[in-house]
Amino acid sequence: MFGRYLAKRLPYMMLVLFGISLLIFFLARVMPGDPARLALGPEATQEQVQALRHRLGLDQPLYTQYYVFVKGLLKGELGMSLVTKRDVSKDLIQRLPATLELVAVAMTIAILGGIPLGMLSALHKDRTIDQLSRVFAFAGVSFPRFWIGIMFQIGIAYTLGLLPITGRISGDPPAHMTGLYLLDSVLTRDLAAFMDSFKHMVLPAVTLSLSPLAQITRLIRASMIEELRKDYTIVSRTIGMPENLNIYKYMLKNAFTATLTVIGLLVGWLIGNAFIVEQVFSWPGMARYGVNSVLRNDFNAVVGVTLVIGVGYVFINFIVDLLYGYLDPRIRLKK
Amino acid sequence: MEQVLRRKEKGNLARAFYRFKKNPLSLIGLGIILTMVLIAIFAPFIAPYPGDAGGAVHFKEMFQSPSWKHSFGTDEVGRDVLSRIIFGSRISLTLGIVVLSVAVGVGIPLGLFAGYFGGKVETVIMRITDIFLSIPPLVLALVVTAVLERNLQNSMFAIAFTWWPWYARLAYGQTLSKKEEDFVEVSESLGASRLYIIFGEILPNMTSPLLVKITLDMGYAILAGAALGFLGLGAQPPTPEWGTLVSLGRIHLPKMWWLSTFSGLAIFVTVLGFNLLGDGLRDFFDVEVD
Repeated sequence: MFGRYLAKRLPYMMLVLFGISLLIFFLARVMPGDPARLALGPEATQEQVQALRHRLGLDQPLYTQYYVFVKGLLKGELGMSLVTKRDVSKDLIQRLPATLELVAVAMTIAILGGIPLGMLSALHKDRTIDQLSRVFAFAGVSFPRFWIGIMFQIGIAYTLGLLPITGRISGDPPAHMTGLYLLDSVLTRDLAAFMDSFKHMVLPAVTLSLSPLAQITRLIRASMIEELRKDYTIVSRTIGMPENLNIYKYMLKNAFTATLTVIGLLVGWLIGNAFIVEQVFSWPGMARYGVNSVLRNDFNAVVGVTLVIGVGYVFINFIVDLLYGYLDPRIRLKK
Repeated sequence: MEQVLRRKEKGNLARAFYRFKKNPLSLIGLGIILTMVLIAIFAPFIAPYPGDAGGAVHFKEMFQSPSWKHSFGTDEVGRDVLSRIIFGSRISLTLGIVVLSVAVGVGIPLGLFAGYFGGKVETVIMRITDIFLSIPPLVLALVVTAVLERNLQNSMFAIAFTWWPWYARLAYGQTLSKKEEDFVEVSESLGASRLYIIFGEILPNMTSPLLVKITLDMGYAILAGAALGFLGLGAQPPTPEWGTLVSLGRIHLPKMWWLSTFSGLAIFVTVLGFNLLGDGLRDFFDVEVD
């Protein structure tokens, strides 16, 4: 059964991946605007522009360009960055862990904060704590990320001096294993590096997590209120099952399943907003590289970042889908 | 019969209003948005220094902290920050309206066609929608701004480009559930044209979820526009766009804190207003929107 579900999802995923490559190629090559001219700036001569167009293969027919583009992709080649003059794939591999770490920590904060907060609100529906979490939820989704990040920098980092203002680490990074500083410093038992990178992580991760945290809180609250009305809760309450068992065993499991449905969306949201948060906190990740590539008209780099994110996002959704199908057999049977 | 129906409708409406009024937060949201709209319309009359909206320069007054004369202080060339923020409301509200008009105008018909016709039409439209949705919106918007000149119009286009698939999905889902209903079948058997059924029968029956989603999305589109502005990929100085103002003010932090703080606050309050109102409308119409 599960295998059949997998066999159905896989071709669909391939189709979406193919579509992403087409969409990005379309954006990169067909839209008005000449990447070579953009990269060289208005002072470049027509000959210089032509030469770069030729080197980038932009003077070839579109289908040839697409063929070359996809052939490169399958080999993991994303072309050369026009700014760093290095392979875009090398640039990305170097910066990817920083972004992954940031997004993962933010997601963890959102889940570990949102689930208890949502449950608390549901159990105390319409009371003070519920009202407070409601206000927090509205604020959480309405804050401009860049602005709340700056406010944290002014208040907590600068005025109170509690945490560093920008960057990922002040001292030496831990010995390279995964590139995730927190994990690497744990693996190498480097306490100094751990504390250092942890302090740097707090503000960017919290800034990034506020909106997903708010969304998970509301979602869990709604789903818990629904569950509390259901027969099994009422029955187990009447037959005198301990209330804590009800909440923790049954409701928590439902809460996790409910969260899983939005994880895919939230991951996409986090990656998108990492572009803003990394910029505010000078976080040396892939998203910041992406923004700078856009600002400097570094075409291959922009395409590379988008592709990596698109493909990664598709895979994450695929895994979430599988996990969800595994947890909730009804989904598997329906499709 | 008709009278009974009308009375019932009135009863529903009264109940809906009751639900809306019971939620004081949605009234606050409505208040915020009405205020913002009035500020935007009457900006030249409200702003204490309307001339400061553009590229004016008063070097004698630069970097003044908030005072009676300049309640939000002045910026690096001495312009009144409050006046610039007041004019910025025009940009953000316009951006929201333009982005959503395009997104709704493109997404809704596509979703309606996909849902109503099914078959190949459905496959093609919905697979394209899926592909657009498989790249996080802000990332896709960045790529679009990368290939275009950086200005306000193009940032609106970039955001709209990522926004229509959500409306296609909404209309598609609604159409699937509505097309089996009696009123569609009746129209069909009376010989109404397909276009009439789609736009005259099905579309009017999805106005409530649509209205809720548009209200909520106004806030999110404004946020997205401000984010592009902040990253330097949207409106360019001296346009007093809120995100751009935050970004320009950031250079002078932490000493000139008022530059970034107030413009960010303006974004926050506006987005909050749309969120509160959207939430109230959701209760009012009693619909679920993802």
